[in-house]
Amino acid sequence: MSSQKRIRILVAKPGLDSHDRGAKVIARAFRDAGMEVIYTGLRQTPEQVAETALQEDVDVIALSILSGAHLALFPRIMELLKQKGLDDVLVFAGGIIPKEDVPRLKEIGIAEVFGPGTRTETLVKFVQENVLKGK
Amino acid sequence: MFEQQRLSEIAKEREKWEKKTVPSWLRINPERKREFKTSSGISIKRLYMPEDVKNLDYLGDLGFPGQFPFTRGLHATMYRGRLWTMRQFSGFATAEQTNERFKYLLKEGETGLSIAFDYPTIMGRDSDDPVSRGEVGMCGVAVSSLRDMEILFDGIPLDQVTTSMTINGPAAMLLAMYIAIGDKQGVPRTELGGTTQNDMLKEFYAQKLCIFPPKPSVKLVTDIVEYCAKHLPRWNPISISGYHIREAGSNAVQELAFTLADGIAYVESALERGLKVDDFAPRFSFFFAAHNNFLEEIAKFRAARRLWAKIMKERFKAKDPRSLWMRMHVQTSGCTLTAHQPVNNVVRVALQSLAAVLGGTQSLHTNSFDEAIALPSEEAVTVALRTQQIIAHEIGVVDTVDPMAGSYCVEALTNEMEERAMGYIDKIDAMGGVIAAIENGFLQREIADSAYKYQQEIDNKERILVGVNDYTVEEDWVPLKPLRIPPDVEAEQLARLQEVKRKRNNAKVKSVLNKLHDAAERDENLMPPIIEALKAYATLGETVNVLREVFGEYRELIVI
Repeated sequence: MSSQKRIRILVAKPGLDSHDRGAKVIARAFRDAGMEVIYTGLRQTPEQVAETALQEDVDVIALSILSGAHLALFPRIMELLKQKGLDDVLVFAGGIIPKEDVPRLKEIGIAEVFGPGTRTETLVKFVQENVLKGK
Repeated sequence: MFEQQRLSEIAKEREKWEKKTVPSWLRINPERKREFKTSSGISIKRLYMPEDVKNLDYLGDLGFPGQFPFTRGLHATMYRGRLWTMRQFSGFATAEQTNERFKYLLKEGETGLSIAFDYPTIMGRDSDDPVSRGEVGMCGVAVSSLRDMEILFDGIPLDQVTTSMTINGPAAMLLAMYIAIGDKQGVPRTELGGTTQNDMLKEFYAQKLCIFPPKPSVKLVTDIVEYCAKHLPRWNPISISGYHIREAGSNAVQELAFTLADGIAYVESALERGLKVDDFAPRFSFFFAAHNNFLEEIAKFRAARRLWAKIMKERFKAKDPRSLWMRMHVQTSGCTLTAHQPVNNVVRVALQSLAAVLGGTQSLHTNSFDEAIALPSEEAVTVALRTQQIIAHEIGVVDTVDPMAGSYCVEALTNEMEERAMGYIDKIDAMGGVIAAIENGFLQREIADSAYKYQQEIDNKERILVGVNDYTVEEDWVPLKPLRIPPDVEAEQLARLQEVKRKRNNAKVKSVLNKLHDAAERDENLMPPIIEALKAYATLGETVNVLREVFGEYRELIVI
């Protein structure tokens, strides 16, 4: 992608939990860093996440989940993205995700998993560096 | 509080101190920050003096514990008589496992139960609903029908405990199940004690677990208030909650103000229903967070009690002294827990609990130190409970009533919290009340702004979080194995639900659900038909779906 184009990022909140404080804070941080942020609200099904990613033509998807259902939902999201030909979208995750689940999530194509206490700056840098790498 | 002449003498001396002593000390020892502020942005002075509380009227503003305006506590002798209720919010996996945890906590000295439901239950969905996949039993216990509730309370006599249920959208259904269990155990309904959170307003802008739109939601809240006023005299039909407002990112003043604004809306709704204020207000209860800023939190609790008493007396003309009581439950703040160096959380929880006790709470939940990582393990929850017991029995703060009273700083902060909260309440009133302030996004925006500011302060190190942005280590020491929900929970729960559906009288279920549908269309109090439906083993999801048809579903207003 050209350096002129703004990064388009979908902040997605799958799962039934309603802890959107983190998702909203990072949405603002990405926006303040000059990215175009799409936030579609709580309780998005894997189908909705993949469909929004396609419709909005995003470069990045940030998944936030704190309900513990990541192992049930993330593989489905990754599968749907692949089906829609969105394999090149950078996907990363945050929330309450036990360390021992991280290798499994990386296997299915989640680029990184961030836990509580991560600085927003770290996330912005991660996106800027990795979105360019893939393109 | 002070003689005018003495005050001016003190002021003169203060001036001298500020001109001589302070500057010469500052030259060698500069202060660590230019300004010291609380979470709400209240500027903290270097020194508080009698002049900071010179307008404090002891009898009018503080009074005696057990008397208006209750600043010093709701009861005459406070913890010298009865300690606060130690109530640990718990629930995970299946009803069997949570029942075991309940019994364990009661054995270890817990004095009240508090149920955490899983997300499907909270959203009024059965475990076999497609959206429940992966969520069953993960963040709380799965309750899809009365059968689950029977197992949850197996061997726990309802006349021996009080139970708090963190449930809002489907509060009527869970209360109905609790009543059904009581009926089965032969406990008269007049003896059932406990609380349903049943505070839908804060859901729309803070916790965001909504099923129906605001108006029918408040109607259901009021149905429960009315039903309890008439049939369950020992039940708190509502727990007006600032906790979730705070956890969503608000500061202490916003937490206080928005909670009381919600309280005003519920009182108004019950009055519109034709109830008399003294018939329902004594059973209103409140729920706050205990966050990190120790002095501000103590001031918040004291100000909350005083402000509510004034509102009930002056605005709603309540006569029964119990209508003026703000009975509160406090939980230490989950969002202050760190995943880094998690054992440090034990200390945070202890200090937050101490603030709650010095603030005069009636009931307390202490978080477990592993909660930034997973649901609490048994070891971690035991440390949390022991923390309360140590405060209660070892450190002496319970031996006198309201020991912080008269501190120039705490009294000045208490006044400031009250004043600032009242400013917000006036603003919300001017908008047309809480529902209007939700619909125009005001409350959501206020919280999102504070949450972002808090994170920025952490990111740029204006706010130090030990172990997170300072005093960090390479490898965190995590002493315990986090609780994992076994993978077979979902299958077990689905099997039980199928069995319930097979064994019940399905014709009866159909007829009671139709009855509920008709009652909802006629705008009747829905508690009686809901009790009837759940007693016939209609599932939670089936019952909620009937109301989804009549009331419609809420669509989130997204405010970043």
